[in-house]
Amino acid sequence: MNKVVANAEAAIHDIKDNMTLMVGGFGLCGIPENCISALVKKNVKGLVCISNNAGVDDFGLGLLLQNKQIRKMISSYVGENAEFERQMLSGELEVDLIPQGTLATRCLAAGYGMPAVFTPAGVGTEVAIGKEVRNFNGKDYLLEMAFDADFALVKAWKGDAHGNLIFHETARNFNPLMAMAGKITVAEVEELVPVGQLDPDMIHTPGIYIHRIFQGAGYEKRIEQRTVRSR
Amino acid sequence: MLDKNGIAKRIAREVKDGYYVNLGIGIPTLVANYIPAGMNVVLQSENGLLGMGPFPFEGEEDPDLINAGKQTITTVPGSVFFDSAMSFGMIRAGKVDLTILGAMEVSETGDIANWKIPGKMVKGMGGAMDLVAAARNIIVAMQHVNKAGESKLLPQCSLPLTGIRCVKKIVTELAVVEVLPQGGFKLLERAPGISTQQVINATAGKLIVEGDIPEMNLN
Repeated sequence: MNKVVANAEAAIHDIKDNMTLMVGGFGLCGIPENCISALVKKNVKGLVCISNNAGVDDFGLGLLLQNKQIRKMISSYVGENAEFERQMLSGELEVDLIPQGTLATRCLAAGYGMPAVFTPAGVGTEVAIGKEVRNFNGKDYLLEMAFDADFALVKAWKGDAHGNLIFHETARNFNPLMAMAGKITVAEVEELVPVGQLDPDMIHTPGIYIHRIFQGAGYEKRIEQRTVRSR
Repeated sequence: MLDKNGIAKRIAREVKDGYYVNLGIGIPTLVANYIPAGMNVVLQSENGLLGMGPFPFEGEEDPDLINAGKQTITTVPGSVFFDSAMSFGMIRAGKVDLTILGAMEVSETGDIANWKIPGKMVKGMGGAMDLVAAARNIIVAMQHVNKAGESKLLPQCSLPLTGIRCVKKIVTELAVVEVLPQGGFKLLERAPGISTQQVINATAGKLIVEGDIPEMNLN
């Protein structure tokens, strides 16, 4: 059960134009930096990206936006990216804004083998337009479909050759959900450890969900909002 | 009239011992500064943390440890990390006792608009739609009037909605207002130095004033 590949280029070699990708991370926290760089280098176009945010102008998915590689973004919040806003307002970029919990749960549904879920988020708002509304116990819920993504690109803290993953702090966020939901899931890790070294009780994502894993390199881990208190 | 910290201070009085609380971005974040020492309150950050602590000391920032506003933070003893699905799972399941968030508009039936100004500002709803659709107790922290001097407490929201019939209470620089289940803003308290008439003048929606309205106690 050896899923280790050499690097990001090898891991994403078969991502093609117009594919749908899930990309883990919350803001710039826990994003698959190596895979994103490799996508820029590969210059695949027309991508549909499912990701909570769209990076900033010069980092994260913002790099793919600058390079006009993304045709459509499915996100919950895109506020930190001027180039994103420009492409959206000019109509170059298609954008589907959806509630954050709905985004998470549509990933979860895909990973759990469920075609759809009902959620109260968005009832009575423009998010509900065109969706089935069902009343359970006196409260309305929207029918939301599981995502269908060609690839999921996730970032973990530690992993092994089986693809077992452990995440770190709030860099976990959408990564374990997307890991379960890709037709092909690529995991990049800060530390690739020998099989048997991860405590089975502590593993967040079982390797069965992971198809390719590699030791990441050169992590920048940029901070978006550096906030401190005085001593 | 209250400043932002005053609004946060007043809202902190709504926090009870044993509560799990989700604080939104902006004024709500300041509420954490006014929760009395010794009160057992756990702050939930919807990017996957229960037990959020204060900002780190300079030099101790951790890029893997942020809040929902993407700010660097710390944890407190007993904290726990989880994924985004579980985070919104606990929100939808009603485990979070109190949600405090900002708003652009609130209607007299408790509808809230805070995520989009068509043609001007489209940043997205983030977790706000999930929070307002599920939380049992939602308090809005906002200015009573916008920069153009127009009331933000309206008969109906004019901006795209975030959620319907969900806001229970509003704290502004002028007043504390309860949104009644049958509709209408009930004036509960005035900010220091603010008259009932000033609150009436600043409220476009149906404001219910019964008897003498007490001034806020901020201590």
